[in-house]
Amino acid sequence: MEKWYLMTAVVLLGLTVRWTVSLNSYSGAGKPPMFGDYEAQRHWQEITFNLPIKQWYFNSSDNNLQYWGLDYPPLTAYHSLLCAYVAQFINPDWIALHSSRGYESQAHKLFMRATVLIADLLIYIPAVVLHCCCLKEISTKKKIANALCILLYPGLILIDYGHFQYNSVSLGLALWGVLGVSCDWDLLGSLAFCLAVNYKQMELYHSLPFFGFLLGKCFKKGLKGKGFVLFVKLAGTVVASFTLCWLPFFTERAQALQVLRRLFPVDRGLFEDKVANIWCSVSVFLKIKDILPHHVQIIVSFCLTLLSLLPACVKLTLQPSPKAFRFTLVSCALSFFLFSFQVHEKSILLVSLPVCLVLSEIPFMSTWFLLVSTFSMLPLLLKDDLLMPSVVTTMAFFIACATSFSIFEKTSEEELRLKSFSVSVRKHLPRFTFLPRIIQHLFIISVITMVLLTLMTVTLDPPQKLPDLFSVLVSSVSCLNFLFFLVYFNIIIMWDSKDGRNQKKIH
Amino acid sequence: MAALSVMTGGGSWFLALALGVTLLKCLLIPTYHSTDFEVHRNWLAITHSLPISQWYYEATSEWTLDYPPFFAWFEYALSHVAKYFDQEMLNVHNLNYSSSRTLLFQRFSVIFTDALFVYAVHECCKCVDGKKACKELTEKPKFILSVLLLWNFGLLIVDHIHFQYNGFLFGLMLLSIARLFQKRHMEGAFLFAVLLHFKHIYLYVAPAYGIYLLRSYCFTANKPDGSIRWNTFSFVRLISLGLTVFLVSALSLGPFLALNQLPQVFSRLFPFKRGLCHAYWAPNFWALYNALDKVLSVIGLQLKLLDPKKIPKASMTSGLVQQFQHTVLPSVTPLVTLICTLIAILERKTSF
Repeated sequence: MEKWYLMTAVVLLGLTVRWTVSLNSYSGAGKPPMFGDYEAQRHWQEITFNLPIKQWYFNSSDNNLQYWGLDYPPLTAYHSLLCAYVAQFINPDWIALHSSRGYESQAHKLFMRATVLIADLLIYIPAVVLHCCCLKEISTKKKIANALCILLYPGLILIDYGHFQYNSVSLGLALWGVLGVSCDWDLLGSLAFCLAVNYKQMELYHSLPFFGFLLGKCFKKGLKGKGFVLFVKLAGTVVASFTLCWLPFFTERAQALQVLRRLFPVDRGLFEDKVANIWCSVSVFLKIKDILPHHVQIIVSFCLTLLSLLPACVKLTLQPSPKAFRFTLVSCALSFFLFSFQVHEKSILLVSLPVCLVLSEIPFMSTWFLLVSTFSMLPLLLKDDLLMPSVVTTMAFFIACATSFSIFEKTSEEELRLKSFSVSVRKHLPRFTFLPRIIQHLFIISVITMVLLTLMTVTLDPPQKLPDLFSVLVSSVSCLNFLFFLVYFNIIIMWDSKDGRNQKKIH
Repeated sequence: MAALSVMTGGGSWFLALALGVTLLKCLLIPTYHSTDFEVHRNWLAITHSLPISQWYYEATSEWTLDYPPFFAWFEYALSHVAKYFDQEMLNVHNLNYSSSRTLLFQRFSVIFTDALFVYAVHECCKCVDGKKACKELTEKPKFILSVLLLWNFGLLIVDHIHFQYNGFLFGLMLLSIARLFQKRHMEGAFLFAVLLHFKHIYLYVAPAYGIYLLRSYCFTANKPDGSIRWNTFSFVRLISLGLTVFLVSALSLGPFLALNQLPQVFSRLFPFKRGLCHAYWAPNFWALYNALDKVLSVIGLQLKLLDPKKIPKASMTSGLVQQFQHTVLPSVTPLVTLICTLIAILERKTSF
């Protein structure tokens, strides 16, 4: 592409921001006995390096599952093993069995941060650059601005380079999957997505849209001819990739079952800690965990999740298109986040990734959503001492989006993709012209609330009787915002094709 | 919403650049900082806790005050904000004190005072006009100049990592240059005089300023071909320039003149006892001279032309700050360096 040097500058800027954020503290720094996610990742390197594969997911004297037992699929374990080999080469003390528990040093921190940067650089960043280069109908400058905004998204930077996780690997692989499937490289795309699921099981949030889109493609090609061939090839790819990843665990039935038990801890409960989803917010008023028995909770959660995502997925299967695919990814992941079982606040990143992909189409709403998603993780970020980088990266992201897309000028019905919806409503209520103004006011209220809550959480102490007041307020406010976005994205999806049809009628 | 859209609209790339680099500076807060951090903390303490008569005599810390008086007053002003962050940093005896609040205050003071640099860059950009109208933002000279100045990585590393206040000082210099471009010569001269009393290292460019002001301001008109019209020399203007410089210097050095401390101040400002090259050699001619001396002494020792007992070991490369004698080549005194500098400057001046 022309102006490749500008894209390089954008990538370098993204890397600089990531590395400066990594200078800050990480999860569980200096907090024995359990520490945090950083220690968990180090511990997995220790386990995968020192123990044979058969013992990785099982409780034993060498592998105490209560102390950060492996609870991600095998690909994470293989990645930890790879990092462990490098660690062994540099300083074996970092991963020595038992004696390296709670190991913390500047050199080790540098090593761990470097592993995140390398994984990011190899998987996520190229996918983002390729996505932006493949965007249609926009100028090169806008493509580069798009890349800048996606790379500056604070949520992913703060969690990966602050709190410490490897989300860029699973999200990057999922992004390669989206790219492959959108550009008609279906087999490669589904392979990439299978790898993503085998890295973190939360990627299953994205699985239904992938399934619906690919199934829709098969239907379009005709179930009796090419479509059937494609279906078989896809099924084969999925089975092959899963088999390859799980091969060492297929030797015994007990192995596979134990891994599944670690990945899907159904006995853990509807939610843990404060998370911005329905169950946590409702439990402020109604203690669902106590009222409903355990298996009923699972069924209710399952049904509500399915109900909220079904319309969009069915529509995608019947009318597959890359644009509809991206929007369905958003609504599906958001439905899972809001209604599903054992959701962690970091899972909002699974919704943020598809929203980043639609940034060029609905910049105003996407920017708003991405700001709320970062805000929803505020209690977690404050616990990790990441207030300064959070505020700075959020402001940088906001400035980048505001100047790149002129978002405040793009709030008309047409630009919010609400035209056909408003037209349909106006058939019954002729005066329904105030939707953009309502949305603008809601945006201002939302931003003011977020700023005020941030200030309050940072400066004030919660009252004695309600020690979790601020976390609960943050998660409830975020939940309200997310519900609004769920409705909005579903409206866009359901009223989308009528947009095209209306325009054809006019011309 | 309309107000927000105006703010983030088309011509606001300068604001975006300035805000963007400021945010990057905030991200650099937890990086490594050098001994210069302690230097400035010490100066905050000295100016806050001691009377003026002690400022240039205080030597509890090895980092004594060696910048001109205006910088000392600058630190004094900062110290009055510092006391709200952490009172302990203002204690002269708290050597190497670097609590998190101290760090935050110091870093923010650099970021905040860079506002002058941003303003100066804005003024410089007004003086730069592209000859042809460029549609592309990245090809406009104003944009390129702003990026090169605001996002200057050398300045970012030295100011916001190593820790110094060069942004603020360069802001003063750029502002005085901008004023000269805008034909506001008196303001330019005033700002440069002030700058000299903030950091005397800008004496490096004083001859250029002097000759330029003499030529462009004291001679009020040119011949049609651009050369000097000697009879338009204005003594009034020369005197007013001189008066400006004199008044600024009086304001700065006056109190110390009254206290009879001028020799002490000058010995702090021009520490010739520190030797020809600093602990880390600046990449200038004397570094080559020292290196040549080193090479020749090694060769001399190998060929047994020099007596090993008479040569001090690792004399200039030990990283210490003191005066040295050269081994093979003749030693260099401060007078020699001054003469060499003047010859080099005059060579340029004759072509002007």
